[in-house]
Amino acid sequence: MASSVSAAHASRLPASHWMRDLLQALGIRGRTLVIAIPFLWLFLYFFVPFLIVLKVSLAFITIAQPPYTHFNEAGHLVFNIGDSYGRLVSDSLYIKAYWNSLVVAATSTVICLLIGYPFAYGIARCSPSVRNILLMLVILPFWTSFLIRVYAWIGLLKNNGLINEVLMAIGIIDSPIGMMNTNFAVYLGIVYSYLPFMILPLYANLEKMDMSLLEAAADLGCKPLKAFFLITVPLSFPGIVAGSMLVFIPAVGEYVIPELLGGPSSLMIGRVLWTEFFSNRDWPTASAVAIAILLALVIPLMIYQKYQDKELEKES
Amino acid sequence: MTHRLSWFIIFWLVVVFAFLYTPIISVVIYSFNASKLVTVWAGWSFKWYGELAKDRQIIDAALLSLQVAAISSTLATILGTIAGYVLVRFPKFLGRTAFSGMVNAPLVMPEVITGLSMLLLFITMENIFKWAVAGLADSGMGATSEVVRVLFGWVEGRGFITVVIAHVTFTMSYIAVVMRSRFLVLDLSLEEAAQDLGAKPLKVFFVITLPIVLPAIISGWLLGFTISLDDLVITAFTNGPGTTTLPQVVFSKVRLGLDPKINALATIIIAIVSIGVIIATIQMRRAEKQRQRDEQMAIRALAKA
Amino acid sequence: MAAVERTSQAPSKQTELPSWKDPKAEPYIRIENVTKKFGDFVAVNNVSLSIYRGELFSLLGGSGCGKTTLLRMLAGFENPTSGKIYIDGVDMAGIPPYDRPTNMMFQSYALFPHMTVEQNVAFGLKQDKFPDSEVKQRVAQMLDLVQLTPFAKRKPHQLSGGQRQRVALARSLVKQPKLLLLDEPLGALDKKLREATQFELMNIQDRLGITFIVVTHDQEEAMTLSTRIGVMNAGQIVQIGTPQEIYEYPQNKFVADFIGSVNLFEGQIVEDEADHVLIKSAEAGCDIYIDHGISSAPGAKAWVAIRPEKIQLTKQEVNAPHNCVRGTVKGIAYMGNLSIYLVQLDNGKQIKVTMQNQMRAAELMIDWDDRVSVTWHPNSPVALLS
Repeated sequence: MASSVSAAHASRLPASHWMRDLLQALGIRGRTLVIAIPFLWLFLYFFVPFLIVLKVSLAFITIAQPPYTHFNEAGHLVFNIGDSYGRLVSDSLYIKAYWNSLVVAATSTVICLLIGYPFAYGIARCSPSVRNILLMLVILPFWTSFLIRVYAWIGLLKNNGLINEVLMAIGIIDSPIGMMNTNFAVYLGIVYSYLPFMILPLYANLEKMDMSLLEAAADLGCKPLKAFFLITVPLSFPGIVAGSMLVFIPAVGEYVIPELLGGPSSLMIGRVLWTEFFSNRDWPTASAVAIAILLALVIPLMIYQKYQDKELEKES
Repeated sequence: MTHRLSWFIIFWLVVVFAFLYTPIISVVIYSFNASKLVTVWAGWSFKWYGELAKDRQIIDAALLSLQVAAISSTLATILGTIAGYVLVRFPKFLGRTAFSGMVNAPLVMPEVITGLSMLLLFITMENIFKWAVAGLADSGMGATSEVVRVLFGWVEGRGFITVVIAHVTFTMSYIAVVMRSRFLVLDLSLEEAAQDLGAKPLKVFFVITLPIVLPAIISGWLLGFTISLDDLVITAFTNGPGTTTLPQVVFSKVRLGLDPKINALATIIIAIVSIGVIIATIQMRRAEKQRQRDEQMAIRALAKA
Repeated sequence: MAAVERTSQAPSKQTELPSWKDPKAEPYIRIENVTKKFGDFVAVNNVSLSIYRGELFSLLGGSGCGKTTLLRMLAGFENPTSGKIYIDGVDMAGIPPYDRPTNMMFQSYALFPHMTVEQNVAFGLKQDKFPDSEVKQRVAQMLDLVQLTPFAKRKPHQLSGGQRQRVALARSLVKQPKLLLLDEPLGALDKKLREATQFELMNIQDRLGITFIVVTHDQEEAMTLSTRIGVMNAGQIVQIGTPQEIYEYPQNKFVADFIGSVNLFEGQIVEDEADHVLIKSAEAGCDIYIDHGISSAPGAKAWVAIRPEKIQLTKQEVNAPHNCVRGTVKGIAYMGNLSIYLVQLDNGKQIKVTMQNQMRAAELMIDWDDRVSVTWHPNSPVALLS
């Protein structure tokens, strides 16, 4: 080894490379390039489309391909607020659907929380090996098709479906209860489909919680149930917020569940958008509906974003 | 550390799991029902699986969906991995807040909005494309116009490529979140050590970072694949007449009522997913056990020395 | 690995001047007025430092004192906000970590989990595109040096903590860097393993003649390992010196207090001559006479530091004009080889005194609540101006 001591560490100059030179000449560093790839993709395919939706919401309907134009009959370029947005405020159908969506999403979120919290708590308190199996069982339905899970409920809820058959067989009811095509079915579908989104962030939060805090509370004379509300619940607040946003935001615009399980009275705004777009071919109104949904979701989206950033900060 | 679970909690776990699994199990059982009336039991039969195998429409749609899912998930994994890495490793750059917002939002954005906005983008792109091609041809640059047509012709009429782009955009969010949490727990000093030993940043990423996070990348890809495979709403907005995916076929059949063939199809999907997830879980537990054994061996060897 | 006693080298070194005292010696690493800010926080504040070839230099300080940031600037992971770093005369500004002639041993070891011990050690050489045969030979040599040859094919998680530490060391040494940076190299080891590894590190450094810079918060570790220590506080270097200098002649209250334990008395300088200083201290309750001058302005405020082991207790009454005060024993902690006495001086000040338990019954001689005389030799105290 002694001889190698004197061997000087070969000092190397950075290899010159035409591509690096070119980028350097343009003032672009490798880091910028790495950021730019996903940034530009999302900017073009996620952000710009919203601007176009805003633009189309101010257009006139016309019989053409695509079925909208920004010019009025006189051929002038006009921002047409009256047709699309005017319809939203004047026609009670839209207001009812809008309000109903918010109510359904909020109620479903609360139900998901009430079901999911004790459930996530229970999993988090199991021994690690059992915990992993239970967690896998929660995630498993999430990996199977969403559409098929909603479809499965039709078979259960129908008049001659499994639930009615069973209830009649044991003699609780004499004639089938009409559950399909009701608001009840819509709630059931939403809670069922979105429950894992509530459970997983709650579990992640509760699992990390230090059990010695509860022991300390007990040691200081706090009864278990009181300790649960004074210690566990406040500490799991970030998990509650994350889970609630993951359920509420997409549920507001839900289309498939009300379409398949709900009746004609289960008006939800996502369904209205779909009908305006595909059936009525009224793209400006569909776009205005989209903008209206977004307006309702701005604050929840910001809360959700803040939570995500906080998690990132906390971990790093 | 493990506290005794109260009876209420155990009862609740059982009830919720029953709630989660009853619909799935009922679909599986009814798929073996001989009767055409889905909910009337008429004995065991594999008949609907045979019918399913003969249904060209479903098979074609399934093949198309698999293609879309494989391609879009691969692209989304590349983009999502980079996005997750950027979020963790580059804490400060111009537009970081906007970037993080654009990564997180597609995850919760109602699908009807994402779908509608992407379609309107493709239509705008189509208009610009037509205008550019015509303009170039008119001004005597026929060759250039031809090049533009070959490069951007896919925006015309929409189809496979527009569906893939839409799927990449919203699945990359899920993958970015998975990768972000993986990179968060990845010791930064591993990458620094590699640099310290003479590897340049790009090489560090491919030789050190990527191999270490490979399991997360694989699960990210699988997640993206299933989400893409399952998507109905965004596909409905962004596809063209020739590209009908499996969820669209299922949806149109379901809207007409229960169909025993759909039960058979659902059972196949559930079986594939369950087997996959169970194998993955067993594999992970085995690896974990092996790791623990290795560590104990190392400690024992040390104690002897 | 038999530890080579560092003291065996001492005689030969004493004949010539140590490099940091030789005015002709060229410093190997020059850090000139380096400052590093993170936003408003100043992590490293105007540090200048010269380190010479073959030294084992320790940066010692509490958490957040800037020692790790300084080390990371040498490795190239952080860029100084201002100031210059030269290694072997070359300005390091703008040179990325992968082009620097330094290697680092990370606190967490940072072993690549997907590579075997052998692949980990070979990684650095492969980056420089050495021929396979040479890589193989040098890796084998290195594994032999750290006695890990039988573990070559194992993955890091199949090793114990001490073995991982040796892999990390081998990996950072295999490229024969001019300068090896070690971030808390022994932090993750238990006490017994630490002691063994300390000697191993010194042994390897002696054999390879590489310059080491070690960051540590453990003063014992710094004392045992180093040729010189730089004590850091709040981003600044507060004293540089050999372990003896730092311990026996601290230059300020921070160093006196940080290294070992110390009794501090505030006072005022009455006389300051070439051969002695006299300090009046109400806090000590007596005048303090020190047998060397410190060249200060008479009347200036000063602090006197006296190590607990340099104070004697006796039950007899002693009468002396200075360095002598009466007190009461308020507590005794028996530590086996020595005992720590907590003495309350008559003016209320509490001091700490340690005494060897030379005789088995020694602890019986001074008991709780005994009245004692507290004395020290004029050579023992150190007068500090800041």
